[in-house]
Amino acid sequence: MELQIFGIGILTWIVFIPIVGMITILLLPDKNRNAIRWIAAIATGIQVILAGVIFAAFDRTKLGINDAESFQFMEKFSWITVEAVPWVGRIEINYFLGIDGLSVLMIILTSIIAFIGVISSWNIDKMVKGYFTLYLLLVTGMMGVFVALDFFLFFIFWEVMLLPMYFLIGLWGGPRREYAAIKFFLYTFVGGILMLLTMLALYFSVAYTDPATGQSVHTFNILHMMNPANYVDGGLLSGVDTTWRYVAWMALFINFAIKIPLFPFHTWLPDAHVEAPTPISVILAGVLLKLGTYGLLRINFPIFPDATVYFIYFMAALGMISIIYGAFCAMAQDDFKKLIAYSSISHMGIVVLGIAALNTQGMVGGVLQMFNHGIITAVLFLSVGVLYDRTQKRGLYDFGGIANQMPKYTGLAMIGMFAALGLPGLNGFVSELFSFLGAFEAYKWITIISVTGIIITAGYILWTIQRVFLGETPEKLTNLKDLTPREILMFVPLIVLIILLGIYPSPAIELMNSSLSHLVEFVTGGGL
Amino acid sequence: MEILMNTTIFVPGLSHFLVVSALLFSLGVMAVLSRRNVIMVLMGVELILNSANINLIAFSRFTELSLDGQMIGLFVIIIAAAEAAVALAIILNVYNRFNTINLDEINLLKG
Amino acid sequence: MFIELPLIILLLPLLAFVLMIFFGNKLPRQGDWLATGMMTITLLLSIVLLITKVGFYSSETITSNFDWVVVGSKSIGFGIMIDNLAAIMLVVVTLVSTLVHLFSMGYMKGDVRYSRYFAYLGLFSFSMLGIVLTNNILLMYVFWELVGISSYLLIGHWYEKKSASNAANKAFIVNRVGDFGMFIGILILFISFSSFTFEAIFESINAGQLPFGSEGWLTAAGILIFCGAVGKSAQFPLHVWLPDAMEGPTPVSALIHAATMVAAGVYLVARIFPMLTADALLVIAYIGAITALIAATIAITQFDIKKVLAYSTISQLGYMIMALGVGAYTAGFMHLVTHAAFKAGLFLGAGSVIFAMHASLHKLHDHSTDAQDIRNMGGLKSKMPITYWTFLIFTLAISGIPLTSGFLSKDEILAGTLAFSTLYGHWLLPLIGFVVAGLTAFYMFRLLILTFHGKPVSEKIQNGVSESPKVMTIPLMILAALSLFFFYSFNPFGAASGWFYTAVERPLSVVPELLQPATYALFYEAVSSVHSTAMILSILIAAAGVLMAVAVYQWKKISADDLAKRAGFLYKGSVNKWYFDEVYNIVFVSGSHVVMRALRWFDETIIDGIVNGAATVTKVFASVSGWIDTNIVDGLVNGTASTANRAGGLLSHIQTGKVQTYLLFVLFSFLVLFVLIL
Repeated sequence: MELQIFGIGILTWIVFIPIVGMITILLLPDKNRNAIRWIAAIATGIQVILAGVIFAAFDRTKLGINDAESFQFMEKFSWITVEAVPWVGRIEINYFLGIDGLSVLMIILTSIIAFIGVISSWNIDKMVKGYFTLYLLLVTGMMGVFVALDFFLFFIFWEVMLLPMYFLIGLWGGPRREYAAIKFFLYTFVGGILMLLTMLALYFSVAYTDPATGQSVHTFNILHMMNPANYVDGGLLSGVDTTWRYVAWMALFINFAIKIPLFPFHTWLPDAHVEAPTPISVILAGVLLKLGTYGLLRINFPIFPDATVYFIYFMAALGMISIIYGAFCAMAQDDFKKLIAYSSISHMGIVVLGIAALNTQGMVGGVLQMFNHGIITAVLFLSVGVLYDRTQKRGLYDFGGIANQMPKYTGLAMIGMFAALGLPGLNGFVSELFSFLGAFEAYKWITIISVTGIIITAGYILWTIQRVFLGETPEKLTNLKDLTPREILMFVPLIVLIILLGIYPSPAIELMNSSLSHLVEFVTGGGL
Repeated sequence: MEILMNTTIFVPGLSHFLVVSALLFSLGVMAVLSRRNVIMVLMGVELILNSANINLIAFSRFTELSLDGQMIGLFVIIIAAAEAAVALAIILNVYNRFNTINLDEINLLKG
Repeated sequence: MFIELPLIILLLPLLAFVLMIFFGNKLPRQGDWLATGMMTITLLLSIVLLITKVGFYSSETITSNFDWVVVGSKSIGFGIMIDNLAAIMLVVVTLVSTLVHLFSMGYMKGDVRYSRYFAYLGLFSFSMLGIVLTNNILLMYVFWELVGISSYLLIGHWYEKKSASNAANKAFIVNRVGDFGMFIGILILFISFSSFTFEAIFESINAGQLPFGSEGWLTAAGILIFCGAVGKSAQFPLHVWLPDAMEGPTPVSALIHAATMVAAGVYLVARIFPMLTADALLVIAYIGAITALIAATIAITQFDIKKVLAYSTISQLGYMIMALGVGAYTAGFMHLVTHAAFKAGLFLGAGSVIFAMHASLHKLHDHSTDAQDIRNMGGLKSKMPITYWTFLIFTLAISGIPLTSGFLSKDEILAGTLAFSTLYGHWLLPLIGFVVAGLTAFYMFRLLILTFHGKPVSEKIQNGVSESPKVMTIPLMILAALSLFFFYSFNPFGAASGWFYTAVERPLSVVPELLQPATYALFYEAVSSVHSTAMILSILIAAAGVLMAVAVYQWKKISADDLAKRAGFLYKGSVNKWYFDEVYNIVFVSGSHVVMRALRWFDETIIDGIVNGAATVTKVFASVSGWIDTNIVDGLVNGTASTANRAGGLLSHIQTGKVQTYLLFVLFSFLVLFVLIL
């Protein structure tokens, strides 16, 4: 499947359009704030359109995962080639992009969230130019991770995200922003180093025979790494079920678990969320967390199927702990944003549990939950942002009776909250259902304990609704204004998706069904 | 030329020219080293250049080098003119900057 | 027609909801006519459907199915199933809903969120109809939760009151606990049978498949799904939410918390009846019996008119569940239907009284007197004749006095329990059944007498009371008519000969034979042998209950206070609702607060402590290495630099800044070189 615009593949466009926007913004003078905002909006808007094109043109039957032939919109160019280095042979790094059923939904999610994020950034007045420059760079990084099929490229995009995020939290954040930004940076960086080491170990262990020259070539190509035949004799990670493969799996797992974040690697998240400005919280919860689970599915599972099966019970248990632990911690918070941060931990636990089921229902549920959670938390963080803009407060006890004051806002925010609570008819339910359905097949008791999480979730969500929206309106909140058209614009697409996918999730599930079935077969079949 | 040489008593040889040239050079160096006024220093430089010219032409006349010396002499004159123009411009700027053209007072590079 | 018609019936209320949410405020009269009108159409369509179904296609079950989503190779379908059970339930729901819409036009007049209220009623009706119409346990769960959320929204309708929002939360969360069990049950069924439809599940079980190959899991699955019913139908131990739910507007209590939603649990058990094993059914029967007894004993001492009705609802629901548990399937479901009519009537009647009391108190500018407390009422009979007479009929019906619908169904239930114990023992079940019948008659007449008979407690209040407007009394009259026997059977002493019994037959059990309850034939035989005994006993006991109430409250032959004193701790326990709320508060609410605080502390102190500790250790290490760096490593570097600097200082004296000095140096060095080279 090829889709090109001006001779350049659509994936390159979708990844680098923000960079084009960024350069244009850099050329503009500082004072032109509105032009800067509009350029960011247009750049991300084009991404949404391209994502729509991809959605329409995507072939739902192709498998992807480990089969290079069935990836779609593929682009592959030799990027760095060094001939005949001593001991190593030829070094080859490719500019290798492609998507399958696993990544297509994430691309759509990223483009939507990025666009909504720009709309919600409209009222940021501090250093507008710098803000949007970094923002667009961040978007490129995220998008790149989802389409990269070369480990080196993947790593570069991964790290490209890190720095803009650091500055966006550290410069535009709340009072403890430096602490939060550094914490975020260090956590992620530790993970990044683990990934770098594993990547190099994989690189030296994997070599494929170039059909043209007959040379043995070391490669960063992720798909080559999935093929057991490509492992060189005596390589560190060669052979099945060796200790080093377990270690490598664990190193990657920790990296991704930090991003997800999975208990006990989660404490950066509440701090980062509380201090980050609203749009950045939206991006962070909406897209960044998904990179963790995406990485597990794209890299851990297919490259180390043996280790995945070995550790899968452990992974499911961590998922369970995250669900319950996150829900209880969420209940204990007085800060609205912290509450949502912990609820994210809980909901991402469901993703982990679902994918750890290693069956199609669980996997589909998990990936759908990634998408749905992205949409739902975006709504929740936008809701907090709306209140924070008006009152400069985030404490749950600072509010009350908002429902009378801001009926439109309350309606929209409550739909988001109900979706988070797993109300049937809204999208959260569908993905939770499939995750638990899959997980129950694999782990009875872990799943039963996890499902109690939905009771606790109902508890804290309803309690939050009660404290914020219901009750008498206190004197100080009586002149709050309801949503502006811009704010409605940023809520409505998300709410529409929440309801649409809640009633009829097939369009989303169709996209990934065959790929994920194949992934399950691939992993449970030991990579053959 | 033939007539002139025949009628004069004294025919200057190469060494005469060299002596004049050396004198001129020395004067030039003296001027460059000891005058306070930049313009005077510049004039000293001109003297040095012209002494070199004399040398060039003299050698060209009295040896087998044919017209090459004259050619280079002409170049030197042209370059000297250019150099003078540049130097005068610099001097003008120096004057604007320091309000003086006394070299002793222009010592910003003092360590 | 059996596909399109139910779909229209299902979607009309949803349309009403959407229209009311977006345009309700802009319509004239805030759109109440729109909501009520659409609901009336739904009612008419449902009646048409019922008549066609029961009249012409009585023995058929009509289903339709379409693929909702395909996951892996498994496709999950949604669809509609119409059997007689669904058709009857459809009319019950739409009828009560329409009447409540009508009643609300009077009762809710002038409410702050009038159109919002009607919108939520539409949402509720939609979800409830969904429960009724679905062929699929997953879809049932979906609508199950949706009725939960509409109940939440309606209980919290007056959310400015803290008690209302608390009650709404409690209702939803307690229901979630039940739904948790139901969800697990659904998971078990799907994992085992790869389908959510009742049909496919029953077929697989019938073919001998068992969940995880064990009979225990089949029983467990049944009981787990029943958990959902325990939550929704407010059965012990999850009954605590229903009395609090009375914080919602009274018509809502009539619709949701008396007639329809709480009966959904019974409907669910009826739906999954074929797959319930004898063990599961026994558990269900006992849960029902315990609930009936507990609720009845609480109801006799309550003074809030709605609380009494709430506990009587719980008690009657216990009856229904018990009936299903013992295998009296038709009796249980029939009680659901008859109960829906008279309990909705009771609540609407109570609503009418409260409405009048409010109006009266409002006129007196009295805001401290509780308009719902029966101790403030009395003697309202003459002021509100229609309300009184209809209320009397409802009370007779719920007490099980002959010629009412309640007698028919209750009598069959009691006969069923009696028959069950002749077959299996378990004499506790019929014993509780009869005791509760007596208690019901007692507390309902207590309520009636204290509210309408005797002397008014306050003349002033009574003077201000007047009969409610027509929109409120007409629904009462319709429901009162429906509480009479002839709608269900022309024989006032036996339901078994009526159309209802022929239309709703107990389905065949599909579980392995060893696990089955008594077959229908066996059970039916036992029922007919004890039927007359049960009937006489139930009439006598009901009469005794009524007599007792009249003696205590009307004739005042026996002092109520004296009785209370004699009952001692029993009375105290009953007044305090057997301390369920207190115990739950300590165990679950405080318990989860303790857990959440502990985990928060753990998160912030231990986990974050480790992270920050690692950071601190790194910082200490960094400052040590920093010291070494500045003093030793950098010392060397700086030493080199300063040496260079000093040397430079010395040499800088040569730099005079004068051009001529430099030239002199040039000349001099040139000469030196010249001399040296030559």
